[in-house]
Amino acid sequence: MSGFWTIVRRDLKLAQRQGMDSYMVVAFFVIAVVLFPFGVGPEANILARISSGVIWVAALLAAMLSLERLFQIDFEDGSLELMALQPVPLEVVVMAKITAHWLTTGLPLLVATPLLAVFMNLPYEGFWVLVLTLAIGTPSLSLIGAIGAALILGSRRGGVLLSLLILPLYIPVLIFGVSAVDGAISGLSVKAHLLIMAGLLVAALPLCPWAGAGAIRQALET
Amino acid sequence: MVLFSGDNLRCFRGERTVFANLSFCCPGGGALLLRGPNGTGKSTLLRLMAGLLKAENGTIAWDGADIADEPEDHNGRLHYVGHADAVKPVLTVTENISFWAALRPQQAQISDALAAFGIDYLADVPGRFLSAGQKRRVTLARIIASPARIWLLDEPTTALDAGAIVDLQREIARHRANGGMVIASTHAEIGLADAEILNLDAFQLTEQAA
Amino acid sequence: MIFHKYANPNRFLKLATTIQPWAAGATGLFFVTGLYFALLASPGDYQQGETVRIMYVHVPAAWMAMFCYTAMAMAAAVGLIWKHPVADLAARSTAPIGACFTFLALFTGSLWGKPMWGTWWVWDARLTSVLILFFLYLGYMALANAFDDPARGSKAAAILALVGAVNVPVIKFSVDWWNTLHQPASVVKIGGPAIHSSMLVPLILMALAFKAYYIWVLLIRIRGEINAGKIRALRLRQVHGGPPPIAARPSQGVN
Repeated sequence: MSGFWTIVRRDLKLAQRQGMDSYMVVAFFVIAVVLFPFGVGPEANILARISSGVIWVAALLAAMLSLERLFQIDFEDGSLELMALQPVPLEVVVMAKITAHWLTTGLPLLVATPLLAVFMNLPYEGFWVLVLTLAIGTPSLSLIGAIGAALILGSRRGGVLLSLLILPLYIPVLIFGVSAVDGAISGLSVKAHLLIMAGLLVAALPLCPWAGAGAIRQALET
Repeated sequence: MVLFSGDNLRCFRGERTVFANLSFCCPGGGALLLRGPNGTGKSTLLRLMAGLLKAENGTIAWDGADIADEPEDHNGRLHYVGHADAVKPVLTVTENISFWAALRPQQAQISDALAAFGIDYLADVPGRFLSAGQKRRVTLARIIASPARIWLLDEPTTALDAGAIVDLQREIARHRANGGMVIASTHAEIGLADAEILNLDAFQLTEQAA
Repeated sequence: MIFHKYANPNRFLKLATTIQPWAAGATGLFFVTGLYFALLASPGDYQQGETVRIMYVHVPAAWMAMFCYTAMAMAAAVGLIWKHPVADLAARSTAPIGACFTFLALFTGSLWGKPMWGTWWVWDARLTSVLILFFLYLGYMALANAFDDPARGSKAAAILALVGAVNVPVIKFSVDWWNTLHQPASVVKIGGPAIHSSMLVPLILMALAFKAYYIWVLLIRIRGEINAGKIRALRLRQVHGGPPPIAARPSQGVN
């Protein structure tokens, strides 16, 4: 386990020193959401109706934007092959990098959510459920996205390719995240939605680092 | 006496067979020098020894046990120096080296590792300010900072000046005196005059073999 | 320098040469009889009228969309686990065929939807799932062709196919859930539970035709991939294996 935290600390330190990354993700998140009132008009009812969906879609796109660099930089400067040559299992390395990714992108998104809930006139009953679904959902996004980030290593056209690979896989998380918030706004029980989201996360926790490590191994075979 | 050996290796990469029927053997304290023109698979063989690549045929063994059985154990006993230096621009030299050392069970003094390659004065300098030769020294100091039995060095002298090559010769000699083994592909003189030479030209498949 | 088994799976080629004409013949036979029954010898539906005939293309195409993805994922698994070179090629070659069937299912679904639902597109659970399946195919094909070394593309895409295969049931489940939440206007399901035998015959014949067509085209594509591999091997021989043997050189002229 010490290897896990060593890598998490190093990635956090890198993120902190080259700065900008977390900041840009949050800035994208906010700007993408702010575009909607311009697109559909500032009418409070309409904004409230679409708020949960818009915030979730923007969060999903923001999380995805930063994923391209998850392994890419380490791959290019030779760090990734050295990490694969340490006495730490590669799955643990991948898990550590996903954890650091979530701490530097998923968590800041959560922090920015209240602001966007106000902008989009999200009904109060839905607010805490929105925060909760993002808290459960964004780790799943980082986990699933890590597979895509590992698969595009060494390819031509990384970023666009990445979105084509992982956005379809994000649809279940999106569906349950948004319908939980909508359910809460209409006064329904959201337990089932949250349990399914937690189930997705629990399933992704072991499977995604495993698949990601497999993808990295074949990328390093070149 | 421990033995790092490969038997009847055949490697296939990028849709062609790089080499075949290749065997090697390196005892503790020994050295193996890979020679051969470009494209004969020196880097490929080193990556195969590191476990980054899988052989099409044949096995690589440490003390008789296939390295593919326990890859993490194998990783723990080797250091690999490839073409890339893996020096992070925003981390200081000390941070760069101590990160890699922290992933390993045994660590040596970072300051000793820096001193071995004459870069102790750079300890607190971020990687982005380093020249290519200085980055190479950091990479070599990394393998001193945590002991490992096998050193796999792919063109280790790239960008190094004469002084650094002397440092490398001394460290290689010390490593071997402690029972370590060195497998290197280089055309420079790095104090491996007594090394066994493996000429990869001899393992290329000829037209007739097709 | 030798040809790797990848570029020279002779046993497969021999088998393919035997099967291919049979597959082509079966495709022609089933298409002719199937289309005859579908277009001429079967009654129109008492509710849907003549538009029901779209179903004879739509339903088999939708079946093939799922079948091809399953076949692709299985071939990908075989390629990854047993490193079988032809399995890699089969997975790679199945993807565009599957994507075409999926597109055909969506397209004919849309054509059928216009007279039935009064609109080209409805966010019906089945249509939505098939649309996502189409995106999965597109992602697979994009990844498989995104690398300079095709073997590397096949491996990366194989991992994606397996990840996708694990996700297909989850996606299906979530889309059904989403669809029941946002109940759309009542939808006439294509092909209810009770199908009259006069409709079942053309349906099965068309399904067989599509399957035979898949096998036929798949074999052609795999042979194409094998030949492409041979060409690459020849190029590599020029780079790595020294000059070609005298006999292989062009008799005159250098360009």
